[in-house]
Amino acid sequence: MSVSVSDVYWSAGNTMIVNGISIEVSPGKMLGLLGPNGSGKSSLLRLICGLRKARSGVIALGDTDITRMPRLDIARRVAFVEQQATTEMQVTVLDAVRLGRTPHRGPLSPWNLVDDAAVNAALDHVGMRDRAHQLWHTLSGGERQRVHIARALAQMPKELLLDEPTNHLDIQHQLEILSLVARLPVTSIVALHDLNLAAMFCDTLAVLHRGKVVAAGAPEDVLTEELIADVFGVRAFIECSAHHRRRHIQYRLD
Amino acid sequence: MSLALSQPVLIGRWWWARLALAASTILLLGFMISLAVSIGEISIPLATTAKAVANRLFGASFELSRIHQGIVWDYRLSRALMAASAGAALALSGAILQALLRNPLAEPYVLGISAGASTGAVAVMILGFGYGVLTLSTGAFIGAIIAFVLVSALAAGAGGGADRIILAGVAGSQLFNALTSYIVTTSANAEQARGVMFWLLGSLSGVRWTDVYLAAPVALVGFLIAMFHARALDAFTFGIDAAASLGIAVNRVRIVLLGATALMTAAMVSVVGSIGFVGLVIPHAARFIVGPGHGRLLPTCAMIGAIFMVAADIVSRVIIPQQILPIGVVTALFGAPAFALILYKARRPA
Repeated sequence: MSVSVSDVYWSAGNTMIVNGISIEVSPGKMLGLLGPNGSGKSSLLRLICGLRKARSGVIALGDTDITRMPRLDIARRVAFVEQQATTEMQVTVLDAVRLGRTPHRGPLSPWNLVDDAAVNAALDHVGMRDRAHQLWHTLSGGERQRVHIARALAQMPKELLLDEPTNHLDIQHQLEILSLVARLPVTSIVALHDLNLAAMFCDTLAVLHRGKVVAAGAPEDVLTEELIADVFGVRAFIECSAHHRRRHIQYRLD
Repeated sequence: MSLALSQPVLIGRWWWARLALAASTILLLGFMISLAVSIGEISIPLATTAKAVANRLFGASFELSRIHQGIVWDYRLSRALMAASAGAALALSGAILQALLRNPLAEPYVLGISAGASTGAVAVMILGFGYGVLTLSTGAFIGAIIAFVLVSALAAGAGGGADRIILAGVAGSQLFNALTSYIVTTSANAEQARGVMFWLLGSLSGVRWTDVYLAAPVALVGFLIAMFHARALDAFTFGIDAAASLGIAVNRVRIVLLGATALMTAAMVSVVGSIGFVGLVIPHAARFIVGPGHGRLLPTCAMIGAIFMVAADIVSRVIIPQQILPIGVVTALFGAPAFALILYKARRPA
């Protein structure tokens, strides 16, 4: 397994946010985390990349328990793209992507050819190489998200965690970002709100509800009318799309 | 879009431009210090200055009047070096705080660190706290740390966030300035009060070599600590979680750098009083020249801060004949319009 989470608990104050979650992702696969607001998706992502410490349970990257990994080793292996992280500084696209090399460089070691190659490859992946010198605050939401992903790729991670990367993007950019992530040769865990996009792009899905996993597996097994009614409180009609052969969810108002 | 936005920095990736900038700032600082030593009520030719310095530093034996030798070495050179150290340290503190707190308005003055240092210094100077064991600088340092802890706690209690810490800093500054005024009005005699007030606005008069021996190493150590963490400061660009996910030991880095900032501010305030605007304006000016990367920004801040402060000291001595203005007045009078200009140049489309 690339990432395995077993029986992990985490609380904020007295509220149990992650309430005994176990999930696994195979190398190179894309796992979609679904669930209503406050179901624990963001917290779980932060636990996996070591930004929060689990109260109990084990999170392993490959075969190693992350509590036994120094923060720097985690950063060399896992990259995390937050929701809507922005800055007031006058940074360029290149400045932002170069930050991804931070875990691979000592405090005094000079910038080298490996760093350059990683940054250029990352910029190519997201199609922003020719925009490298553009300033951050002149970018659109979709472009900023692509730059964040490029910054994460420059980290040369084995695992990529994305927290609602399609939030506030128009449909063209949503599709673009997710097909980019699906193409990448890394394991990825993506928190998503849109069930149809999750069905289209993810290899496996895990549905979170009140801090617990209520369903996990292939999209066609997980996304059922009963589950959607239980978890999201919405009546749905699900069919197999004649176009892409994946699940297609339509919502009913009656 | 204006040209300034597509070309954000004056000095780009050309190594020769950076080298030229480094060389020219060092030369300019040397020149400003020589100028500061030469200019004054008794003006001393640059050649005499050089001879006096050579006499003391290299044991040369140029024939000079004892008065000239004394003025150059004991009064003006120590004063100029103190100004340079204070300018560099305050500018560095501003750059560090702006990066760590992710707020372009952060600086020791705005966050109440200077006010706390003043209260600490005044408590030692007038109330005699510490029974003569505590020096003025120790008092200022303790005051700075207390102010910073209080402001941080207030900001954290108010929900954290970059805007909260500025509001907490405003509250902290008001509190400590009020405490300082309270101590001065209730306990100081008229002469002490006048001395304190001049000192609160920033003053380089009375600077001696012992002050330089404190301030210069503090500025240098602060600079080295900051440079060692330059990449960590860069990693804070997109926030604390982003820095942590890049492998930065966020808590340790924050404690070390905030401690260095409090130390630098306290050391400078204890000698020259609280001088505003340097910590705020210089980092913005430096970013305008070399961009946001801290590996280049920090040395640029230190150099421009030093040059600016030495220049401000010269202005404070010559602008009104027979009178010395508090240097804080000069830095604010020049700093505020400079800041307005930077804001205008860096304006972004709404």
